[in-house]
Amino acid sequence: MKDRETTVETNSGAPEAPQLDTRFPGITVRDERTGYEGYIVKSDHLPEVATAIRDEFGYNYLSSVTGVDYIDDGKLEVVYHAFRISGGPALNFKVQLDRSDPVVPSLVPVYPGADFQEREIYDMYGVHFTAHPNLRRILMWDSFAGHPMLKDWQEAYYEEDLKPFDNRWPGGDVYRSEANNPFGKNVRYPDGFDPDALVPESDEYLKSGMGQGLSDGNGNGLKTDQVVVNLGPQHPSTHGVFQMVVTLDGETIVDLKPVMGYLHRNHEKIGERNTFLQNMPYTDRLDYISSMSNNLGYALTVEKLMGVKIPERAEYLRVLMVELTRVCNHMWAIGFLLNDLGAFQTPALYAIKERELILDLFEATAGSRMMCNYMRFGGVARDLPDMLRAENTVEFVSDLVNNRLPRAIDDLDKYLTKNEIIRARCTGVGVLPPDTAIAYSAAGPLLRASGVPYDLRRSDPYSIYDRFDFDVCTRQNGDVYDRYLIRIDEMRESVRICQQVMRDMPPEGEIFAGKPQYNVRVPAGESYGRVENPKGELGYYVVSKGKHNPWRYHIRAPSFINLTVLGELCKGHKVADAVVILGSIDIVLGEVDR
Amino acid sequence: MYGLGILRGMGITLKHLTATYIDDIRYLGRRYYDDDNLNVRQGTQGKGVFTVQYPEEKLPVPERFRYIPFLLYEESGDGVKTDRCTSCGICAKVCPPQCIWIERSNDPETGRPIPAPTEFYIDIDICMNCGYCAEYCPFDAIKMDHDYELASYDRTEAHIFDKAKLDKPVAYYAAIGPTDYEAEERKRAEEAAKKDAKKAARKAARAKNKPDVAA
Repeated sequence: MKDRETTVETNSGAPEAPQLDTRFPGITVRDERTGYEGYIVKSDHLPEVATAIRDEFGYNYLSSVTGVDYIDDGKLEVVYHAFRISGGPALNFKVQLDRSDPVVPSLVPVYPGADFQEREIYDMYGVHFTAHPNLRRILMWDSFAGHPMLKDWQEAYYEEDLKPFDNRWPGGDVYRSEANNPFGKNVRYPDGFDPDALVPESDEYLKSGMGQGLSDGNGNGLKTDQVVVNLGPQHPSTHGVFQMVVTLDGETIVDLKPVMGYLHRNHEKIGERNTFLQNMPYTDRLDYISSMSNNLGYALTVEKLMGVKIPERAEYLRVLMVELTRVCNHMWAIGFLLNDLGAFQTPALYAIKERELILDLFEATAGSRMMCNYMRFGGVARDLPDMLRAENTVEFVSDLVNNRLPRAIDDLDKYLTKNEIIRARCTGVGVLPPDTAIAYSAAGPLLRASGVPYDLRRSDPYSIYDRFDFDVCTRQNGDVYDRYLIRIDEMRESVRICQQVMRDMPPEGEIFAGKPQYNVRVPAGESYGRVENPKGELGYYVVSKGKHNPWRYHIRAPSFINLTVLGELCKGHKVADAVVILGSIDIVLGEVDR
Repeated sequence: MYGLGILRGMGITLKHLTATYIDDIRYLGRRYYDDDNLNVRQGTQGKGVFTVQYPEEKLPVPERFRYIPFLLYEESGDGVKTDRCTSCGICAKVCPPQCIWIERSNDPETGRPIPAPTEFYIDIDICMNCGYCAEYCPFDAIKMDHDYELASYDRTEAHIFDKAKLDKPVAYYAAIGPTDYEAEERKRAEEAAKKDAKKAARKAARAKNKPDVAA
């Protein structure tokens, strides 16, 4: 347990950003719009440019693939953000497509991690990706008609395009929205649609492994057939409403297909209707276990566009809250991993007990345990309160961070790490090699447990993380046991950062720059801000047209993209292992489905 | 020896188990239903059973806890209630799920809007408890309440709060959020004092400029 961490120097002397327009003249131009950056690539040459970006320029990590609807220009844009694993800022390249017939070659052969994201753009915008291995809807159900994120698509309870709305209850005549809808449900059928005449798209592709006929099985004389089993969506171990369609040969998994979208709320479209400030409480509900971190990501992204500087004390408060959130999240993750292993609730409740104290701090400071809504564009909402549970708050936090949490983490470690059952069930299960992890855009503990030392707080520092002394945790084997161990390591590092914060935080100071404004007008441009969420890299892609509401608001969800690799990890393991591997990836459906 | 890891782990479980009994002795049997002991049990020094025996004992919510908003009214000595709300509509504009609706009416004589709400509705099923209405109200007229036991059998009638249901006296707010209440009262007193000082200065300036006209 001693040689558990490798230190990584901050990225310095990085190679220069590639000049794509000189390397590919004629098919790549710079994006000259105000507030935008990056390159616009001609869509039919995209795979060749992408291969060069990956191999020649070394941008081997494709982090985010986003679609944007520029209805006024008649274009659909697909925006890619690629990074180097050695660290540094993004390489942003886009393709612009004709809105009436959007076709673009898929990047899955170059960057396999683009798989789910391209499916989502197909689902939400109707962009057709040629050569995609499985271009089906991912968040909406298969026979859904329409592409929800297009600007001219209206949802079932559509009221107006942008908030604040005018006419919800004119004259004070209060009614419920569902009373207005003739079907009484959150449904709007397309024109000319007859529900009785619907022939639903079949899900044969899910059941394709079944009914192959009796085969000889393992060659030991038993005649076997494969069976397709649904794990979920209602299942206590799938961490939410998540379905895995598993093709089994006996108890061994032959193939696993994740099916998601059961918690899809079209958060991004709601985000386009909201004003910038109104989006903040909605970000709490993404990864609902680490709400402070989600808030921070969104605040950083919009602050990049606004160009505000944050006061010192606010920066320290932000880091304190985010690192405590990391401890919360990892406690929860370890607890639920142990639940999945069958240690029914005891380790989970020991871990969650410590988390309760941190949530008490959140409740006293921000007003709510989980939906904190704490960060604002320019600082934080409130300062620490004076008293917390009849104790002085600063003393409470110091005691928590210096004594109670380190002891609790050591306790958890002593309790679980050397446990023979956990070792037997977790070592060698779900091994993710580092090249696969990078290619599949895995992020967070999943990536670092495979030996890739990529932590955003070091590779592309944001906020004041460059002032703190902490190590980037990595583990070498990439199995479930390593992902458990790396969460314990990361909790220790987070507590270390919190101790430094409590030591260095200015005792008094402003917590918000300027006057609090509820109607912020954000300058035009695009911005991609990312934070190291406990589950991975959480990115926000915000496009503003200089108004009060964002034009595009996209979330690069780590849980969603980490699931790309689930099928690979589970092949050859048993059904019980699938649940454990899913637990070790640590997903939250609020983020997967948005 | 194989199984040593499991045994060591069970030692931790045993430690937690015995701690609950030692805790019992420490509190001399009065661990439950005593607010001071509750604070210790739920604080950083707490050992033993962490459970709060709800609903017999309830965790006191902190001052900033936000659930559903409520409106404040000032009560004068002879029982006249005036809402602090001027129906400016900022809370309705800033509400993310748009759950607030305010009706304002015009003065029949002057035709200008009366700075008081005629009707004020909040649909508490839509309310997402974000606290923006309270944060951005310029008149300290709407604050977040602490009551979370609002479940009912019929949501169509009971869950749309009108002004009568939302109105609560300032004294109630002072009771649930004393620190914030005191800070806000101090600010209001300062602003009122500044306004009075400005008014007096203007009066004095006018009197100086026109010494023959009575001020």
